[in-house]
Amino acid sequence: MSLADDSLEETMAVTMTVNGERVSRAVPVRQNLIDFLRTGLGLTGSHIGCEHGICGACSLRLDGAVVRGCLTLAVQADGAEVVTIEGLTASGEAADLQAAFVERNALQCGYCTPGMLMTAAELLASDATPDRDGIREFMSGNFCRCTGYQAIVDAIETVLRKRRRLA
Amino acid sequence: MTAEIKAKLTPLDRPNTYVGRTVSRQGARKAVAGAGQYTDDISLPRMLHAAFVRSPYAHARLTKLDVNAAKTAPGVALVMTGKELAERITAPWLGTLTCFPGMKAAPQYPMVIERACWQGEPVAIVVAQSRALAEDAAELVEIEWQELPAAADKETALDRTTPVIHPDLGDNLAFEKTIGSGDVDAAFKAADIVVEETFRFGRHTAVSLESRAILADYNKPAERLILYTSSQAPHMIQTIYARMLGIPDHNVRIVAPDVGGSFGMKIHSYGDEVATAAASMALGRPVKFIADRLESFVSDIHARENLIKARLAVSRAGDIEAIEIDVLSGAGAYSQYPRTSVFEANQVLTITGGPYRHKHYRAKATVVYMNKVPTSQYRAVGHPIGNSVGESLVDMAAAACGLDPLEIRRRNVMPDDGYPAVTAGGIKVKELSHQKCLAALERRMNYAALRAEQAILRKQGIYRGIGIAAFIKGTAPGPNGYYGIGGAPISLQDACTIRLDPGGGIICAVGVTEQGQGVNTVMGQIAATTLGVPLDQVRVISGDTDATPFGGGTYASRATAIGGEAVLKAAGELRAEILSIAGALLQAPAGSLDIVDGHIVDAGTDRRRISLKEIGRIGHFQLHELPNSVQPRLSVTHRFRLLDDLYILTNGVSGATVDVDTDTGFITLRKAWVVEDCGRIVNPLLADEQVRGGFVQGLGGALYEHCIYDDAAQLVNGTLADYLTPMAGEMPDIDVAHIHTPTSVSELGAKGVGESGTASAPAVVMNAVNDALRPLGARVTEQPMTPEVVLRALGKI
Ligand code: FES
Ligand code: FES
Repeated sequence: MSLADDSLEETMAVTMTVNGERVSRAVPVRQNLIDFLRTGLGLTGSHIGCEHGICGACSLRLDGAVVRGCLTLAVQADGAEVVTIEGLTASGEAADLQAAFVERNALQCGYCTPGMLMTAAELLASDATPDRDGIREFMSGNFCRCTGYQAIVDAIETVLRKRRRLA
Repeated sequence: MTAEIKAKLTPLDRPNTYVGRTVSRQGARKAVAGAGQYTDDISLPRMLHAAFVRSPYAHARLTKLDVNAAKTAPGVALVMTGKELAERITAPWLGTLTCFPGMKAAPQYPMVIERACWQGEPVAIVVAQSRALAEDAAELVEIEWQELPAAADKETALDRTTPVIHPDLGDNLAFEKTIGSGDVDAAFKAADIVVEETFRFGRHTAVSLESRAILADYNKPAERLILYTSSQAPHMIQTIYARMLGIPDHNVRIVAPDVGGSFGMKIHSYGDEVATAAASMALGRPVKFIADRLESFVSDIHARENLIKARLAVSRAGDIEAIEIDVLSGAGAYSQYPRTSVFEANQVLTITGGPYRHKHYRAKATVVYMNKVPTSQYRAVGHPIGNSVGESLVDMAAAACGLDPLEIRRRNVMPDDGYPAVTAGGIKVKELSHQKCLAALERRMNYAALRAEQAILRKQGIYRGIGIAAFIKGTAPGPNGYYGIGGAPISLQDACTIRLDPGGGIICAVGVTEQGQGVNTVMGQIAATTLGVPLDQVRVISGDTDATPFGGGTYASRATAIGGEAVLKAAGELRAEILSIAGALLQAPAGSLDIVDGHIVDAGTDRRRISLKEIGRIGHFQLHELPNSVQPRLSVTHRFRLLDDLYILTNGVSGATVDVDTDTGFITLRKAWVVEDCGRIVNPLLADEQVRGGFVQGLGGALYEHCIYDDAAQLVNGTLADYLTPMAGEMPDIDVAHIHTPTSVSELGAKGVGESGTASAPAVVMNAVNDALRPLGARVTEQPMTPEVVLRALGKI
């Protein structure tokens, strides 16, 4: 849901840090964070698949935790630190994971991929070392229609083992 | 390598070939960085946003439609009703094809004019500065309905007491067809054993993660319409929109940017998308419409709703003699344009029992209209149903004869050395490999060990099931088949325009399209190999009618088989021209030269003579270096189509293991195997992932996915929370292997692969579940096989 003309909407001033940059905007009070990022800031890397919290395409990082951008209002992010796929890419934090996704062809249409990567990056950043079933379980909030998931699990498992020096 | 062997090798077999090699996708590198560009990511100056008022009823007469309040709502630029839109189009759609004689269909307008025929049918478009404001205004449309009784059940759709949806058609019958061969009645009469069953398949839908999306940009002074849209078939959409909106084809440009999944669902024409284009034309401004998930469930095509009575005759020794099926297929309120809503039933008729040698077959289909979302082509059209029915019958026959499921298939499949042949369903088949696939599957599954383990587990009260299912799949259709002779504006051939640019780069523009399968990469691999250039010297362009030669797009597993051959032929001609220009420059016979790694070389020794970049420079800029007799074209268009064949048939066999919890009815998928034969494989990893992804999509329909309608034809589970899809936690690992029997219809030898997993997964998992339940005397005959279905089969509820 995009909102164009601020004068037609009740707005609220917010300031947040998005991918390391400070932004201050008047955002419509009813606008989702995902819509604000996509249409307000032009960060179209995060996607929208359902707008009701099921598919995970809108996953992004809010103050260090992965949240659904479609279930979060933009005004709730006032004062917060937001990281999207664009920020994750720029920081290089998930470069190994992204390379593994490409090499293993863990994406087809790529629409779920930014959300998958945000979720998988959270797993990698934790101190958990799940097995394949555990990875599947962890990724179960992210819908992918194309891959059938096995390649995604493979890619995450490869990076997990490398990072934990298991391989 | 001797000269003789070398001469026999085609460029595809060269040592540095990209064909047969896994290379990664450029599109993937973009997508992982969040740098993809899907339709909704595009914003244009002065862009407006559309929302729709949709019918809340399955069947209702519009008694009042007042849009005045909506028109004056904040930020609103336009409200257009179905009636107003009808005045802007040349003619409604009629979803029939002449290849389906006797088929009836009602004309379909893009939006409701006076009567809604399904819940979700668009009624009015509201265009405003934002989607939110458009939705606000849509709430203000004053609308009154007189609800009418609905046809909600296919089994009563033809009853006298059921309302006729389109009175001009006389009844709700869309189409009837019977095919057959041999003497079915005699075969059943004489049979040792007859097994029979009734199977039910629930409706489901594609749920591409990116929903349908369109951004229409009409430039009034230029009379030019540009549609950015998430489509599989840009040229088809161009033809259809041009016709419907009364604009010459060449003034309509379709751009399909990155497409977030499509699976057949994005190959149809949708009224809300036409309304969006018409709104842009009315306003002279860009208008964007992105279907939200809730409206996707009630407006994207549905598929698979079928009820099938089936029987099979088998000798005591286990020879399949005859199969008969009676199909009742539940379509929606209209026949979807232009592919119709009867194709799925038609495919079930032709492919059921397709792997086997029996001579007697009869199959009847009845397709009826209901007040539900229109149905049409969705990944593997008809095959999941036909394969499930056929393979269930074969397992029942095996049990009746006391044969192992693998053994009965070995006994009855068409032999690998018996082609060409014709199936009992009337399909001409050649170059199939059922026997090789069965043998490979047995090895890969370690079948005997699985059976031994199963026996031990049974003693422990664990109901492990092992399923086997053979399949055939029609891929890459030809023009002598349905759409071509049926009169549809659908291209069955495909095209490539390939050129050498001054910098030495190769631009390869193709009519087939990319939705993440890797079509662009595969086309690039074929072009690079045929020409003899490094892959990164080739750029593939697809999905833009201004930039690509006219083609059919990507559907029916055709991109590599049809589009790839066009690339091969075009690149081959360009190569010949480049060699002749080089010959003129180097004063050497073209035949003594070759192209290797982007350089003209002496054939045989590979000594470098001149680079392709030099040919590009001379061929475009320094033409004085060439003799006057040489006029470079440096651009070649080639097209390819099947000649006599209806399809390029493929085949394969799947295996699966499941555990069934007989207390809860829960099915746990343990592992799956697919061995399939798609001929020559261009990119092994991409082919494997097509099989895996497709297989899981098939599992979704087999186990979870169901568009559930109540008696009033209301969809009761139209959210992603209520409509269950496969998620990572429940899905198994899938072992994929290939047998390579190239097709002889092309030099490339590739057959389709994109739908094979979907075509076979429901059959094999159903067989695995029933293998688990067999000792309990229970049988599941309904998909999706929910816990409730399992418990009902067990007589527990
Ligand atoms: S769009 Fe947010 S979870 Fe689907
Ligand atoms: S790659 Fe298409 S939805 Fe995951």
